Amino acid sequence: MIAAQAGDRAAYERLLRDVTPYIRSIARGRSRNPADVEEIAQETLLTVHRVRHTYDPRRPFTPWLAAIASRRSIDALRRRMRLSKHETADDGASETFADAAANSEVEALGSAEEVRELLRKLPARQREALEIVKLKEMSLAEASAVSGQSVAALKVNVHRALKALRGMFSDRVP
Amino acid sequence: VSRTDELIASLAAGLQPVQRMRPPNRRALSWLSVTLLVVAMALAWFASMDVMRQRLGVTRIALESIGSALTAITAVLAAFELSVPDHSRRWVWLPVLPLLLWMSASGAGCLQNGLGLHSPFAHHTPSCFAFIIAVSVPLSVGLFWMLRRAHPIAPLPVAAFGTLGVAAMSATVLQFFHPFDITWLDLGFHLAAVLVVMGVGAALRNWLLATR
Repeated sequence: MIAAQAGDRAAYERLLRDVTPYIRSIARGRSRNPADVEEIAQETLLTVHRVRHTYDPRRPFTPWLAAIASRRSIDALRRRMRLSKHETADDGASETFADAAANSEVEALGSAEEVRELLRKLPARQREALEIVKLKEMSLAEASAVSGQSVAALKVNVHRALKALRGMFSDRVP
Repeated sequence: VSRTDELIASLAAGLQPVQRMRPPNRRALSWLSVTLLVVAMALAWFASMDVMRQRLGVTRIALESIGSALTAITAVLAAFELSVPDHSRRWVWLPVLPLLLWMSASGAGCLQNGLGLHSPFAHHTPSCFAFIIAVSVPLSVGLFWMLRRAHPIAPLPVAAFGTLGVAAMSATVLQFFHPFDITWLDLGFHLAAVLVVMGVGAALRNWLLATR
């Protein structure tokens, strides 16, 4: 450290590499999280660099370093506690829909094959209306031209198809 | 290569030689010497020494003044010691006895003189508050200019003891311009001023002490 205070870069780099495991061991006394330990180690190294002029060679080096590492560990812990006060755990964050019932329905379907199976159970004209209007996203005029159904018939058949599908889903979901 | 390794390499690459800081007790002594000299010169110029000599003849007032002066000296010394990473945290106890002496001697005066609401000097009391604040500000400038060189790793106790030191010194100086005896009202204003100075110091600690 005396050489580092005098500007010896190689000695300084060697010193910092040598003391990093010791800093990590102090950090581990405060946190088990490896990311936190690494963050504390880096904060400590930055502080050592900033206050290196305060080291007095007549005093032992280890307590000086340990005091800095302990302080930075406490600071990191406080910062984490402050953050956790403002955070709320979102248990539903990994779910697809906010409504639990909606998730159950999707999960109950399991695969696209099951959806296709349900669609096959619909009457032919309802299935056709649903496929071209909702799945292929055709306009009602285009769908009418393709299917030969009137616009009004398409609307009715889409509505009935969706209602029938809802009924089938509710039968499958407990 | 981890980010910590990269950090070490960059810190080493940018290393510049530094001038080692003198031990904190010597730095405290330097600040106290210069400040006390300036304060003594100001008092010699502005204060009435005859009145003060007369007041110090009263044991209680002498103890009160000694208590506040020792609180100032010990709190400043503690602030310098606490500004260095490996110096004992037990320095925080150093100003306790002088502070107790100051408060108990002031309290004894208050018991003698009462609340002070109807005292003919009651209207001077807010001036005492302003005096302590006004004297603390220039004293703090010099003190924090020296303390910030250490970039204290725990700035709160350093700021708290530093400001306690300057506020106590201001209260000591106030004794020279306080020709009436203390009352509860006075003591309340004095303590409020000390707490305001300490509160501002604590609130601005990171800026005052250049911790980041």
